[in-house]
Amino acid sequence: MTESVSSFPVIFNLTPILPLLPFAAFVLIVLWANRSKKLSAGLAIGGIGLAWILGWAIAITTFSVEHFGEHPFRVFRDWLPTGRTWQAFGFALDPLAGAMLIMVPFVCFLIFVYAVGYMGVGKPESANDERGKPAEPGHVDRLASRFFAYIALFATGMIGLILADNLIMLLVFWEIMGLCSYLLIGFWFARSYDDPKQITPKEAGLKAFLTTRIGDTLMLAGMLLLYARTNSLSFADIFKPEMLEQLATTTVNLPGVGATPWATLIAILIFFGAIGKSAQFPLHVWLPDAMEGPTPVSALIHAATMVSAGVYLVIRTYPLMAAVEHGPALQFIAFTGAFTALFAATIALAQNDIKKVLAYSTISQLGYMFAALGIGAYVAATFHLLTHAFFKALLFLGSGSVIHGMEHGHHHGHQGHGEAGKLVDWETGGHGHQSTDHPSTNLPSFDPQDMRNMGGLFRKMPRTAWTFIIGGLALSGFPIVTAGFWSKDEILADAWAHNQLVFVVLAVAALLTAFYTARQIVMTFFGQPRTAAAEHASEHDSIFQWMTIPLMALAVFAVAGGWVGIPKEFPGLGALSANPFHHYIGSLAEALHIEAAELPFNAVPLLTSLGVALGGLTLGWLVYRGAGKLRAGHHLASPPEYVDPLARPLGPLYPVLQNKYYFDELYHKVFIKGTQRLSTWLFKFDSNIIDDTLVDGVGKAGRWLSEVGRWFDTHIVDGAVNGIGAVTGWFGSVMREFQTGKAQNYLLVGLVTVSVLLGAFLLLPK
Amino acid sequence: MTNSLLTIITFVPLVGALLTLLPWGKWLKLDKAGEERLIKNGAIAISLLPLGLALMLWSGYDQALGGFQFEINVPWVKAINVNYHMGVDGLSLPLIFLTTFLTVLGLWYSARVIKTRVREFFFLFLLLEMGMTGVFVSLDLVLFYVFWEVGLVPMYFLIGIWGQAKDRPQYSAIKFFLYTLAGSVFMLLAIVAIYFTTGTFDIVEAAKLKPFADSILLSGLAFWAFFIAFAIKVPSWPFHTWLPDAHTAAPTAGSVLLAGVLLKLGAYGILRIVLPIFPEAFKRYALIVVALGVISIVYGALVSLAQWDLKRLIAYSSVSHMGYVLLGVGAAAYAIGTPKWVDASAMALNGAAMQMFTHGISTGALFFLVGVIYERAHLRDLKMFGGFSSKLPYYYGLFAVTAFTSLGLPGLAGFWSELFVFRGAFDIVPIWAVIGVLGIVLTAAYILWKIIQYTFLGQYDAHKIAHWTDVETGAELHEPKDLAFFEKVTLWPLVAFMIFLGIYPAPLLNLFNTVFVRLMSGFAGK
Repeated sequence: MTESVSSFPVIFNLTPILPLLPFAAFVLIVLWANRSKKLSAGLAIGGIGLAWILGWAIAITTFSVEHFGEHPFRVFRDWLPTGRTWQAFGFALDPLAGAMLIMVPFVCFLIFVYAVGYMGVGKPESANDERGKPAEPGHVDRLASRFFAYIALFATGMIGLILADNLIMLLVFWEIMGLCSYLLIGFWFARSYDDPKQITPKEAGLKAFLTTRIGDTLMLAGMLLLYARTNSLSFADIFKPEMLEQLATTTVNLPGVGATPWATLIAILIFFGAIGKSAQFPLHVWLPDAMEGPTPVSALIHAATMVSAGVYLVIRTYPLMAAVEHGPALQFIAFTGAFTALFAATIALAQNDIKKVLAYSTISQLGYMFAALGIGAYVAATFHLLTHAFFKALLFLGSGSVIHGMEHGHHHGHQGHGEAGKLVDWETGGHGHQSTDHPSTNLPSFDPQDMRNMGGLFRKMPRTAWTFIIGGLALSGFPIVTAGFWSKDEILADAWAHNQLVFVVLAVAALLTAFYTARQIVMTFFGQPRTAAAEHASEHDSIFQWMTIPLMALAVFAVAGGWVGIPKEFPGLGALSANPFHHYIGSLAEALHIEAAELPFNAVPLLTSLGVALGGLTLGWLVYRGAGKLRAGHHLASPPEYVDPLARPLGPLYPVLQNKYYFDELYHKVFIKGTQRLSTWLFKFDSNIIDDTLVDGVGKAGRWLSEVGRWFDTHIVDGAVNGIGAVTGWFGSVMREFQTGKAQNYLLVGLVTVSVLLGAFLLLPK
Repeated sequence: MTNSLLTIITFVPLVGALLTLLPWGKWLKLDKAGEERLIKNGAIAISLLPLGLALMLWSGYDQALGGFQFEINVPWVKAINVNYHMGVDGLSLPLIFLTTFLTVLGLWYSARVIKTRVREFFFLFLLLEMGMTGVFVSLDLVLFYVFWEVGLVPMYFLIGIWGQAKDRPQYSAIKFFLYTLAGSVFMLLAIVAIYFTTGTFDIVEAAKLKPFADSILLSGLAFWAFFIAFAIKVPSWPFHTWLPDAHTAAPTAGSVLLAGVLLKLGAYGILRIVLPIFPEAFKRYALIVVALGVISIVYGALVSLAQWDLKRLIAYSSVSHMGYVLLGVGAAAYAIGTPKWVDASAMALNGAAMQMFTHGISTGALFFLVGVIYERAHLRDLKMFGGFSSKLPYYYGLFAVTAFTSLGLPGLAGFWSELFVFRGAFDIVPIWAVIGVLGIVLTAAYILWKIIQYTFLGQYDAHKIAHWTDVETGAELHEPKDLAFFEKVTLWPLVAFMIFLGIYPAPLLNLFNTVFVRLMSGFAGK
């Protein structure tokens, strides 16, 4: 084992253990503990809990290491023979990894704890439940052990990713997360819906894996091109100034583009990996459907960690992305990010599924981070990545709590309350009544995630509501108190300084974000309950103890997390702040020669960010406050009865937004159908042309030839043999005439022969 | 002892095969079932011997020294300078191990599944092992050729006799036989041609002498004669259509060896004979080989996507996977003589060789897994499957690991081979590599969409398959039963390899690396 020279705190040597802790939990659950759901959950929590404590211990130690950005800690050893050299594998600890270590294991830990409640661990199994379908309320999921194994493996992937010291390992952990994401989205693999158009979990998992695989493949191509140039994929080697210089100055001729620096091409290809993983346009389509997974998964993978791995990748490889200063690579990143931020925010306006709104807001916020990176706001993007993880995890977990509350309310309403009868009608009436096998289980058509079915949950689920609102305010960038404000404000300030077009786009996106967040909060928690399920929703079941404590912890961070990054020049508060975050990450940026000085204070972005956050929230509140009002005691007959106040003013645009600009349909027609058609056609070609015509044709030709041969054999060859026989026989019979047995005849023949020969000898010329 | 080790490994299976033919029942006064049990267990026991010896070879091979070791070289037919020359290096070692390993698993599995004509089956199976091992140890062209042909016959009978009637076993068997034989005719001509120019049949000698190096025409002809023989076996597009038929018809263990080892004979021939003996000609035609590889990758994956018969699907996926081998070898051949590409080409070859090994493991396992479901349901139609993961969770777990290995998921063995093939190819033939990389997406599509989703996900429907067989007792059931003990024993070693090599591929890669760095630096004149 080779280690870097300078003296580091001893605890750093434990870094490689971090990803192994949850991995050990995974292995133990799979091979040993899977029969006991409690034990499995305990192992997973124990593994990630230890990783959390150790991770914090290590990260906090790094804060006091001098010049840590310039001299990161590395542990590595030769791992792969690559011709005459070896590629080393190992773990690296630098400020970026340290900052991520504060967030990742901790958020994972909270989500694991939450999952205990969400999956109903400790509750009895229901006889009605099938494997691969959500459990009835009040019962444990039958595959809960499997769930904890998957998320433990997932945590391994994420922790490994942030500590990897080379691109190959990063890719390995990246794909482990992709695998877990696939498995977890499709966790309820047997689930099906009455509406054939609604995507099922198994299809959503497949969609997620294949869509991200496209990005991953392009990223792999970029990595391999890079590898071919640099002969190493260790970050320490790639980011050497002379190497970057060489990549930026040597060019490749691309058809249709012309001479392009290798650095640009490689950076864009690698960025495609991030586009896939972080669900940026045009590969964004998988993330909203990924909400088919259990809610802790949505929080863990599709908000806090895995999707932010894409952003992390760009931050990690930033020296490469920026090798050509203000080059097309960075512009491409900025453009993609800004466009996605706005694009996804518009879609979020018209979604009614509580998790889908959050999914689109995630896409939008990730776009924010990419836009920030594209314009050079290295530190701000990192900051937003961290704060976003806290409040988005909070929002998702809150939404999971709401969903469970609704399911409980629905279940409860069905068991004893006659007034729910009206609900039953529209739930089961139209659709072939599939629930006959399971009396009193979840009726198929009731959607506990549809915000139109909610309303007034504030009083029913106060802890959930308070924490959710805190998260929502952080997402909107509510000034001063929330973490989201500080990180978003910093991005806007950078955008104002570097690229004003990006600034405008991001400001509009921020306005929309605040607006749809207010819409979501109002639709869910305020007004009056619009259905019986909402009427009976509650958070009193014992599972909510597991679920609400993580919510509160996250709420604390959604607020306080921003205080580490208050700019020094911020009016008033700045004097109190040392901006430790900027200092910490900035030291790394400096070591990598990335421009990361704190910007001078400017009032325009500050006022903008105050304006859009408060304006959006107020506007949302005003518009949705009165929407969907029902007479007291009455419930919504069906979700479409709730008329969205935006539907009329937006006119034909509204269904377009609701249908996500029809990208799913377009992709389905072009790519999926196209590939299927091509493959069917090729198969026909294979069996008809290559096999039947050519191969069997050769075979048939062979047989035909052999038939010809047989004919030839019997008629010609054999005929010849027989013919020779016959000729011989005939000759014999002719000769027999000569064989007379009389000496004078023989003498006569002899005389004639000799005379002829002698005559010929004498007469013929010599 | 050390120089007779290879002879022992090769011919122990022959001895075993002959032993199965003896009338044990009469001698030991056993009834028919007892005799069959004896033959089965005896065959397994005997096959363990070559496996143990292969492990001995591996541990006894001196990597620092490199080159051919455990050599034996004695005259065989003196008049025409044919030698009994055997030896192993870093390329053949893992393949010998793979052969003996898969044979043991195949025999173990077949002992529980094969019910008809037991004696013949085990006789042929052991004979097949001899043929395959013989190819990997031979360093003399005539010896190579003899073993090459010997391997054909048992496989022909395995497909023809134990195939399912509905899969046209006779047609498939004869197609397999004739196709390979047609290829080997060219090979024989080229072997004879080498002899007449160099006076030797020795592979190592011939690689030094480089026959026909001065004649573009003759070296080209010899190159293509060998290449076509091997490309048929690989199989490369467009010579691949015998494979789906042969696989579909073959009994499970036959498919395992067919995919696991027989296909590798072709790739091995290219690496062992074509590349070292005809480097200039190979370099000239390298781009054609690369193109064939890329076409195989993409075409095989697309056609897999259109299959509904699980076994046929996996057969086509083999075409796609073996395409990576051709891509790697072709790219390396294109780099012959270019000093800056020594490392890149060595890595491409490492990837190709590793792909041979990991494809042997993962596709071998896939065919076992298909056998598992076929023995229960007597069906391979994906449309009839669905929701098995809730009924057969253990089976699902092992299948999933295998499937993900096959699609090249990082962290599992298949990833490294693809990575290194592309590492070399992106350096040497970037345009082709870009097209080939498409295969990665398509592979994920047919594995996850076609195999995993149609077989395991969704709701289990009891009406689709009403009768299930209990593989241990033969009783009829209404619901499938999860893996039996003997199936777990068959599958776990393979899965363990996928995981171990996925995490730490260096032991295997380093063996290949030593061979190929030496070969490629030799070409580059360094």
